[in-house]
Amino acid sequence: MISLDDTDKKILNTIQLDFPLETEPYQKLGEELGISEDEVIKRLDRLHAEGAVRKIGPVINRKGVGGTSTLVAVTVPDEKVDEVAGYINEYHEVSHNYHRPERFNVWFTISAPNRDRIDTILEELRERTGLEFIDLPTKKLFKIGVRFDIR
Amino acid sequence: MDDIDEKIIRLTQNGIPLKRSPFAEIAGELGISEQEVIDRLKKMKEREEIRRFGASIGHRDVGIVANAMCVWNVPDERTEEVGNIMADFSEVTHCYERPRAAGWDYNLFTMVHSYTKEDCEEVAARISEATCIKDYKLLFSDREFKKTGVRL
Repeated sequence: MISLDDTDKKILNTIQLDFPLETEPYQKLGEELGISEDEVIKRLDRLHAEGAVRKIGPVINRKGVGGTSTLVAVTVPDEKVDEVAGYINEYHEVSHNYHRPERFNVWFTISAPNRDRIDTILEELRERTGLEFIDLPTKKLFKIGVRFDIR
Repeated sequence: MDDIDEKIIRLTQNGIPLKRSPFAEIAGELGISEQEVIDRLKKMKEREEIRRFGASIGHRDVGIVANAMCVWNVPDERTEEVGNIMADFSEVTHCYERPRAAGWDYNLFTMVHSYTKEDCEEVAARISEATCIKDYKLLFSDREFKKTGVRL
């Protein structure tokens, strides 16, 4: 786990939602946080290298850009979990993939330009693994607002 | 969304550089000004093609190691009401209605992230109390195989 001082935490809590969309965003962040632009970049470099910041970029709304997504659950025998997770990860359209130690133990999301593409991916995975995949497309979105409160 | 917008997404979706002018290279590549790159990103936000522009956090690396997918078996006629109550909890980052399936009775899904499992369980207990939904489960993730977010 990464050690974070108060300034690091402030940076992380700010740039999730309020990253300044400006030509010199790190300068602007520095002004807001009372540190220099160089200091912001130096800290972000470390936070990125150590994994606290994965990337700074757009969070795409799949529906907004035309497309659709689903959540898929599958029961994979323990000794095959790594292999099957690898097959799933090969698809560019798979955006998240987790192990959850339950009856359905592998859970992943597919986000694609259309439903046909999702069906194709699931069909290919069925053929390749012989496993039963449960397809749970979104019926209604009540909330999506990921912001981690870093303490 | 036009071709240039799409190119801007493709050129930024894996992360902008940690440089004084992070949009300069993209602007050069597309033959437009840095300000236009930014204005287009802002418009894409307004049109909700992008939900936000900002940092994706490696939440496990910063200590947020308890990540629970809470699944709820909600009577069909109550999903609208219950989904809205759940979404109001600040601890809930995602709330979706999904279909039931063979061997799967749960139709509402909420994500809760915290520092400890106990925190997540406590949040779920409060949601259960607020909604009177007693049939629920917390599925904690113990391994992350992939988390790239949605990409074009």
